[in-house]
Amino acid sequence: MQIRHALAVGVLAVAVAAGAEAKSVKIGIVATFSGNGAEFGQQIERGYELYRKLHANEIAPHTVEIIKRDSKRPDGAEAKNAVQELITRDKVDVLAGFVFSPDAMSSAPLATQAKVPMIIMNAGTAWIPKLSPYIARVSFSMWQSGYVMGEYAAATMKHKTAIIGITDYPPGKDSAEAFKRGFEAKGGQVVDTVPMGGPAEVPDFTPFFQRVKDAKPNAFYVFVPAGNHAAAVAKTYANLGMRAAGIDLIGPGDITPDNNLQEMGEAAVGITVVHHYSADYDTPENKAFVKAWKEAYGANSTPDFMGVQGYDGMAAIFSAIKKLDGNMDGDKVMEALKRWKFASPRGPIAINPETRDIIQNEYVHKIVKDGARLKVSVVGKVDQVKDQCVELKVGRCGQ
Amino acid sequence: MLSAAVSILFDGLAYAMILFIIAVGLSITMGLMNFVNLAHGVFAMAGGYATVTMIRAWEVPFLAALPIAFVLVGAASVVFERLLYAPLYRRSELDQVLMTIGFVFMAIAAFTYFWGPNPLGIEVPRYLKGQVDLGFREFPTYRLFMIAVGFGMILALWLVFERTLLGARIRAAVDNRRMAQSLGIDVGRLFTLTFAVGSGLAAVGGGLAVELIGLRPTFAIQYLVHFLIVVAVGGLGSIRGAFLAALLLGIIDTAGKYVWPAGGGFFIYAITVVALLIKPEGLYGKRD
Amino acid sequence: MASAIDPAAAVPRLGRARWHWAEALPWLALAAVPFVFPGYLALGCQVIVMILFALSLDLILGYAGIITLGHAALFGTGAYAAGMLSAHLGWNEPITGLLVAGAAAAAVGFVSGWFLLRYHGLALLMLTLATAILLQELANTLAPYTGGYDGLLGIAIDPIFGRFANDLFRQNYYVYGLIVLLAAFLIARRVVASPFGQSLVGIRENVKRMHAIGAPVHGRLVAIYTIAAAMAGVAGGLFAQIHAFVTLQVMGFQLSGAVLIVVILGGAGRLYGAFIGAAIYVILEDQLAKLSPEFWEFGVGLVLVATVLFARRGLLGIAEDLTARLRRRTP
Repeated sequence: MQIRHALAVGVLAVAVAAGAEAKSVKIGIVATFSGNGAEFGQQIERGYELYRKLHANEIAPHTVEIIKRDSKRPDGAEAKNAVQELITRDKVDVLAGFVFSPDAMSSAPLATQAKVPMIIMNAGTAWIPKLSPYIARVSFSMWQSGYVMGEYAAATMKHKTAIIGITDYPPGKDSAEAFKRGFEAKGGQVVDTVPMGGPAEVPDFTPFFQRVKDAKPNAFYVFVPAGNHAAAVAKTYANLGMRAAGIDLIGPGDITPDNNLQEMGEAAVGITVVHHYSADYDTPENKAFVKAWKEAYGANSTPDFMGVQGYDGMAAIFSAIKKLDGNMDGDKVMEALKRWKFASPRGPIAINPETRDIIQNEYVHKIVKDGARLKVSVVGKVDQVKDQCVELKVGRCGQ
Repeated sequence: MLSAAVSILFDGLAYAMILFIIAVGLSITMGLMNFVNLAHGVFAMAGGYATVTMIRAWEVPFLAALPIAFVLVGAASVVFERLLYAPLYRRSELDQVLMTIGFVFMAIAAFTYFWGPNPLGIEVPRYLKGQVDLGFREFPTYRLFMIAVGFGMILALWLVFERTLLGARIRAAVDNRRMAQSLGIDVGRLFTLTFAVGSGLAAVGGGLAVELIGLRPTFAIQYLVHFLIVVAVGGLGSIRGAFLAALLLGIIDTAGKYVWPAGGGFFIYAITVVALLIKPEGLYGKRD
Repeated sequence: MASAIDPAAAVPRLGRARWHWAEALPWLALAAVPFVFPGYLALGCQVIVMILFALSLDLILGYAGIITLGHAALFGTGAYAAGMLSAHLGWNEPITGLLVAGAAAAAVGFVSGWFLLRYHGLALLMLTLATAILLQELANTLAPYTGGYDGLLGIAIDPIFGRFANDLFRQNYYVYGLIVLLAAFLIARRVVASPFGQSLVGIRENVKRMHAIGAPVHGRLVAIYTIAAAMAGVAGGLFAQIHAFVTLQVMGFQLSGAVLIVVILGGAGRLYGAFIGAAIYVILEDQLAKLSPEFWEFGVGLVLVATVLFARRGLLGIAEDLTARLRRRTP
């Protein structure tokens, strides 16, 4: 009698757990899927879809539903409209994506207004997480790679002088300022900063590079957005014979993204960059990730830092779903995200609970030749880098 | 200082050649038919993708891939000319703008579908890499090659234009279409032919540009403004004008970027405004 | 070259000051949106801004025959004026903000029009395009004030009349936008129906004759250009207030191209063409982008190409042909 009663209660409990509480978590992804940023949107999508596919049963009985929206032009307005609709009509639990900084900035007030968490999977302008308490960034801040590169160039590579060349928009200015601070903190001197056109300009960098070549610094620190610009940097550098002239090309990893590395050809060999990810990392987590990626998207597709950011972003969302058992209240999700730690393919990462920005390792990459293909060789590492812009209270980061 | 001036002239010249090769076809077809063709960049882009695909998939040598791209894209452009352009010859320029922009949108999506959104590059042959020592200083080999190709094309175009019957017919039709027609010149067929050659040239320009400025599906729209500037400043239908305009814009743009990088993109547009305010019909355009 | 606009179409239809009952239809449709599609008001606001912007282009393109690829410069001037007024000077009252936006754009329109409207054809096209890019470049150089590429933060518009705030569903701003549009439309309609408007059509159709009869051609073109600029500026100001955010894209070539597409698509020289063109273009882009975030441009392009090949005078032209046919059948 008693046993039967207990059994009935047990069955009932299981039924309730399985039936009533299985939630479908809605995730609205806003990214550039068409136009100039289409390649970035593709990387991010492949990243988060891969994580979802590999780990779907970890959140059982809950499931996720993804609604993809194109942010089209980086004018902020398109992204904001998409976010508005995702919040009011689709009633998403979490927002994610955001490739270009203006898209994240314009949308931030809506996240605050609606208390919907917003996971930044790329947009790297330093002070973005300050714009809303509902923002968490799993990608990077331009300062992380720039500052470390500056220190490394002066302290380890022993460079005395450097010229900075940047695409003339805020991420470029962030990167330049970060490098300058790091480089000069270790005794180097930045002798000139060359703005090299906007992000949409024709990337013929020759006149800018020629100017730098004629000035003969020890190092040339370049930031341009990943993609078309990046390939042009390596080629122009090689065509002008700047290495032979004794000028070292260095920069953040944006100028040698894994996805385009093979397109750059031999021109890229010898470039030194600092970044938070390369597909060539020799760790078990990364090897498994790259293998799964190639199985899913073909041998010709390589994950780059955007891919891993999408992957990690979905991992963060999944951890919140697990922790909160699918009850995705905005404030609770943010609390969960602030304590999130993850063994990412890029190494151990965490969200800084004070700034809601990422803490991650920065690695020094050197591009080398490995048979016919180009490869990233890791020659240095700085553990658990925070955003120096906030640490040093520079400009808007200090407010 | 002198060294800087030489660099600027040289780099500007190479950049000017790309502008010229791509824009000259646009100038002639626009001059011939008064057709506002905003889709010219599509054919340059198609040439780029054809070159890259041939080199990668079938290991066609770079120097062979360029003429093949010329023929392929030139031939394909005839299909589009007959299908999309011909019905609009007598229609307003607004209709032409709308159709060609629509065509660009379709092309961007179609190229993304087939080749993906990632920028593509090519490995140019070893003999085009590195630097050439010209005695007093070194120059990038590939740029020298581009300048040579550019001048070769100008020579060829000039010969065809000035020394053949076909050239005489095209010149006549650009100057006065009605008169040419009444003399028995089939302007329609002439246009198809010029369109094909112009598109083929654009394709070669696209193929050459891959090494310099990369290639992705938005190529068709991204450089459109620059091509239009060359056409407008040079004057519709004038080879000489297109060449001079490309030279002017290429060199001044390069000089501006070298001397005052922060002014970056500003120069080419400022020159355009000044040039057109003084000579609205372009350097060698016909007055209407 | 054939004239851009069917000369017979524009004049009699809106040349009369008398209203046709059919003119109520687009307004009824716009007014019905909050009740029928309450979840789509963000998109609705986009449509309204685009109609207003296209209306201003139609005034100069459709009526005066001025073809421009730089109309976004005026829109952008208005957007920055309204945005910076709030972000830097703390002037957050929306309606005066719009007026300032319109005035700023009118000033830019007057000055640039004075110089540029002596030109026509390809030269004018490239001059307007290059001028717009130069203005955009200027806004980029002034990044400390304009926010540059990343955008202008800190726009905080007060509730309209102290009561109607920019809510998450955009209900209030939809109504606000609709009223602004109606006011602008009434002005535009009055302008084109006036003798001044008629003389513009005369300039479009035969500029030599207008010179010959001693009409001040340049002055009239500059006048209509300034009016249109003010309207574009108000559209830009509305855009800035709705999104509380402005980037360099508001002056971009892409936007200039888009508004040109909208006017041609709807049918130039009709005022209501702007309504149809904007609604179709914005909604089409939105829906196709939801269907396929990667390849939606193919669908948009296809519609444009098909419209040109199969509908001679824009979408409104189709409607006119249909009603004409119906009328012939029913005596």
